[in-house]
Amino acid sequence: MDDIAVPEVKSQTYLKSKRFQSAAGKWLWYIVLTLSAFIVVLPFIWMASTSLKGPGEIFTYPPQWIPQEWRFQNYIDAFQAAPFARYFYNSAVVAICVTIGQLVSCSLAAYAFARMEFKGKGLLFSLFLTTTMISTQVTLVPSYLIIQKLHWIDTYQGLIVPFIANAFGVFMLRQAFMTIPDELEEAAKLDGCSRLRFMIQICLPLIKPALAAQALFAFMGTWNAYLWPLVITNRQEMRTLQIGLRYFVSQEGGTQWGVYMAAAMIVILPVVAIYFTVQKSFVEGIATTGLKG
Amino acid sequence: MSEAESLAKMTISSSSRKKQRQRKENLSAYAYLAPSLLIFAVFTFFPAIFSGVASFFRWNLPYDPVFAGLKNYEFLFVDDIGAAEFGNAVLNTLYFMLGIPINILVSLWIAVMLNRRLPAVGIFRTAFFLPTLTSMAAISVVWMWLYHPADYGLFNSILIRFGLPIQAWLRDPLLAMPCLIVLGVWRGMGYNIVIFLAGLQSIPHDLYEASKIDGANWFGQFRRITLPLLSPTTFYIAIIGVINSLKAFTEIDIMTQGGPLGATTTLAYYLYQYAFQYFQIGLASTVAVVLFVFILVLTLIQFKVVERRVHYG
Repeated sequence: MDDIAVPEVKSQTYLKSKRFQSAAGKWLWYIVLTLSAFIVVLPFIWMASTSLKGPGEIFTYPPQWIPQEWRFQNYIDAFQAAPFARYFYNSAVVAICVTIGQLVSCSLAAYAFARMEFKGKGLLFSLFLTTTMISTQVTLVPSYLIIQKLHWIDTYQGLIVPFIANAFGVFMLRQAFMTIPDELEEAAKLDGCSRLRFMIQICLPLIKPALAAQALFAFMGTWNAYLWPLVITNRQEMRTLQIGLRYFVSQEGGTQWGVYMAAAMIVILPVVAIYFTVQKSFVEGIATTGLKG
Repeated sequence: MSEAESLAKMTISSSSRKKQRQRKENLSAYAYLAPSLLIFAVFTFFPAIFSGVASFFRWNLPYDPVFAGLKNYEFLFVDDIGAAEFGNAVLNTLYFMLGIPINILVSLWIAVMLNRRLPAVGIFRTAFFLPTLTSMAAISVVWMWLYHPADYGLFNSILIRFGLPIQAWLRDPLLAMPCLIVLGVWRGMGYNIVIFLAGLQSIPHDLYEASKIDGANWFGQFRRITLPLLSPTTFYIAIIGVINSLKAFTEIDIMTQGGPLGATTTLAYYLYQYAFQYFQIGLASTVAVVLFVFILVLTLIQFKVVERRVHYG
């Protein structure tokens, strides 16, 4: 594949020879990519660097990339100034519950669409399809009013329940269920295996990669969610990490950048850590489904 | 005759048994669909219809709704003040969408560079994907710091190094939106690169081999093979980009709150302001309906294209 970028040359001199061009092209490739990757990562480096600086080093020109004195106190200050541990717990509870809920509801619905024949299948499937066209902004106000009527403002239910159905997840898992051969189901039936048991004990293990991808999308999406938790939580102890960070920065009046960057690190690190452990399936998941996490 | 009769009887009984079995199958399928359907009904379909109905009411909380006919639509499209505000929000949203072509160019360029089997390519992929992965809220806080208007702000310190005057960035009405666009390109790139890479890898390699034999150079190959075969992918990315631009909210809420002087009030933020700051549910619903129509049309176009891609791909 690496020869794609190399122009074809017919001359025989070394400078124009294919070997030289290929080597030069490779080096140029590395230099350009390293530079662009560096620019992309720069904000993260700046964040990490600032999070370890004291006020004396933060408000100076020219900027210092490596702090002279590593100040981990910023992280302690962040945890003391705002209940980040509590925010973290809230985010984790909500993200885990939404993920489990989505896996259950999506695999049930996907199984029905993939392996059952029933009246109104086409209609119901298009109904599921329509939900992807109705964005959160459109349903925001009425959903808020419903949550209010249910007295679910400032509760975990309010943060979780609206998100435990997901049409994209249904499509993705349906695709996976359809790959399972019918013979398997017939054999299971002959052995007296009920349908639900067949789905849970035989099908689900077979579609593990799709389930993992869906779980990741659900978790990341919920962890990073902003608008809904913003409108649905008023009390500080119910805020998720994202909303906690927002209030933390806006209330402190915008001067403690070292502590803010430490807080941003606290918010970002768990997701980055998860990403590095399951990197492959995540990127493959996006590439094959085109879904945004 | 009797033979035929019994045969007929048999088919009737078997067909009724079949019917019964089908009914049972229907019921169990509905049971499987029930959890999803219930949530969709309560939190998607009902709210969507509700927004449509509420857009015809004057409804300022805590007062009760009063039927207002097309007054809300009139306010957004005809009224002197309302139409100016709404027009500003629409223009800002379109302005914000300038980031999409920029993003496509940058991501395509990087995707083409990443589409090779060389050592360390994985590290680069991770680096470009990192911004997409992290939460927009945290990223917005980080970029507020990068855009800090004092001389110790990172971007300003770079300007100083090149002997240029420092800028107010997010506090400058002219610069605030470009600042958000740059942030959007930086953050959205990783996702687009992954999609572009998938598209690039689906292009048959023999095409390049064949064109090479015909004496095509790299640029010719890129223009004649890569770009045309990648066009469905590009289109898909463009539509997703437009939809995401219509939804953009987090960075605006954290970094600018729609300001300065309304320079970054997009449709989504405008809706939020009417609903949760002015409590004008009727007007907010009207904005939601307009947004819905935009997104619906775009999604339909996207489905059509994806369908075509599946057929020919």
